[in-house]
Order: sequence, then structure tokens, then C-alpha cells
Amino acid sequence: MHEYSLVRALVDKVEQEARAHRATAVTRLKLRIGALAGVEPELLASAFTLCRAGLLEGAALELERSETAWACPGCGDAIPAGAPLQCPACALPARLVSGDELLLEQIEMEVP
Amino acid sequence: MCDSCGCGDPHKVSVDLQERILSVNDRTAQHNREHFAEAGVLAVNLMGSPGSGKTAVLEATARRLAGRCRLGAIAGDLETERDAERLRAAGIPAAAITTGSACHLDAEMVHKALHAVAWRELDYLFVENVGNLVCPAVYDLGQSVNVVALSLTEGEDKPLKYPVMFRKADLVLLTKLDLLPHLEVSVAALREALARVMPEPVVVEISARTGEGVAEWTQWLERRRGRARAHAHGTGEHARA
Repeated sequence: MHEYSLVRALVDKVEQEARAHRATAVTRLKLRIGALAGVEPELLASAFTLCRAGLLEGAALELERSETAWACPGCGDAIPAGAPLQCPACALPARLVSGDELLLEQIEMEVP
Repeated sequence: MCDSCGCGDPHKVSVDLQERILSVNDRTAQHNREHFAEAGVLAVNLMGSPGSGKTAVLEATARRLAGRCRLGAIAGDLETERDAERLRAAGIPAAAITTGSACHLDAEMVHKALHAVAWRELDYLFVENVGNLVCPAVYDLGQSVNVVALSLTEGEDKPLKYPVMFRKADLVLLTKLDLLPHLEVSVAALREALARVMPEPVVVEISARTGEGVAEWTQWLERRRGRARAHAHGTGEHARA
């Protein structure tokens, strides 16, 4: 259950940004969570509900999910999920194209 | 002006950040990493389930490298200093981090624990993470390498069930090899599963009890240390030039 410590890091970051903009409230956060980020979106959302206070009290959390995608760094062909992570044509180790994102993408705030 | 939902409210601003949620941890990890590189220490983040044999592997490592290399350790557990005590008994100076309820170590905990270990004098610093196949994989500690201990008793499907952890592993130690005759588990099937979650699977089969595989493991460590030191010298000279 590391989702609580992630939310603490998130709240600190957002509060800092909100203060820099002299915001009176944060209304919305947009996160991108990859399928290989090691984070359970539902747990993250419930941890956020428990931790939001002050400037973030009314903030809505929007979670976007990225699916895992692997590709060959040589020929660029996609390596399907669940297959051995090596290109069958080039024998090169696959490279992760997306799926490990753990990003704060956007904050929406009210300013005076 | 709000440009995200089109409401046109002049009192709303939307800021694009595209920033890692764990950027503060990442910065501390980078700071730790620079320390290790400057001092020529290979920092090993040793992860795995509770009971996968992490401490036993380190005890066997100490037996093998005794008198040849300087080892140190930081051991993380929710409660007790038992692992650190075992490591000290095996001849590895060790500091304990008791995390209370935290299921993983983070870069700041490691940074604080460094004050309790004479880490600059070491060849290898082992960070024995909290026993857990999920959370520790999310936090960079500043390690040089990630090693995952997976015991044969855990079964063949663990890599497919916990891909996040295994994807980050530079090496997987298949531990408790001496139990193989008593188990219905296939090492080939385990290796096959690892190849589906690791692009470049490197696997060492090991028994801390009999010593089988320990030499192969310490040779891997020595190669990685050599590589890290060469890299540190290279970048150091480059930075001064």
C-alpha cells in the first residue's frame, strides 16, 4: 500500500504549485498512470479522497491509464503483451514504449 | 483563463506540468547515486518476497567474499532489527531501517541510514529492501543495480503476476536451489516466465545453504562493480575536461 505515500508526494507538489500561482483553490488534477507503474488507480483515488484538504479540498482527480507497449528498438515492430520480450526477427531485447508513467500532467486552479 | 474545459472562466488557470509524481524521491535518489559513484561503491537494491532468502543470500555472500571485499548493508523491515543483527553476525556492518507501516524503502530513508554506515569505505553496499514484491519497485533509491531474490518455493507464475518488480531487475537470483528435488517446480518454466517480463533476463540459480551458485553471483557483482567504476572514472574526467 504505497499509494498513500504517493498521494502525500502528489499533494505536496500540487500545494507548492498552487502557492506559486497564488491560487485560492485547486479544482482538478490530471494524472497519467501506466499499467506497469506499480500503482493501483482505485487505491490511489481512495487515498486521495482521504488526504485532500485545504487548497485541495474540492479537487477532482482525473486518472488516465496508459497500456503497456513494447517494441523492437531495431525494426520498430510491436512485441505483443505476454510474449517473450525479444524481437523474433532481430533478436534484440524489447524496449518499453509506454506503460511506466507516473505523471502529474495538469493542475486546474482558481486564482483571484 | 480556463482553456481546458472551455468554460471561459477568467479566474481559472490550468497548468501543464508533465512531472513525475515522485520527482522529489527521484532527486534524492540521484543524490545518493552520485555519492555511490564518487566513492566507487556498488549499491545493490535487493528486493523480494518475505522469506525469499534475501538475508541468507547476503550471509552466503559474506562467507564467499570475506577478507577480499568490504561489504556493508542497510536492512529495511517493518519491525525489529533481526536482519541487521544476522548480517552483523555474518561479518557485514549493517544498519537497520524500521519502517513502521511503510511497505518499502525510499531514497530519503536510505540517505538517512547512510549516516550510520561507513559506506565510503565499502566496495559493496547492500540495501535489503522490505520483503514485498510490489511497492519497493516503485521507488528509486539511487542504487547501481536492482536484484530480485525469487525462491523456488514461490512457484513458477510469480514473474507473470508481479511484472513491475521483475521488469526493473538487473538480475534475478533463484534461491533455495537445494530444495529443488522436493518441489514440483521447473527452473526452465521459471526462466521462460522471466523472459516474458524482462527484456534481458539474467538469472543465477543459487543455494545459500550449499553454496551452489554463490561464486556465479559474486562474479556478476564484481563485473558490475568494475563497469560502474569505469563509468564513474569516465564521466568524472569528462566533467573536469
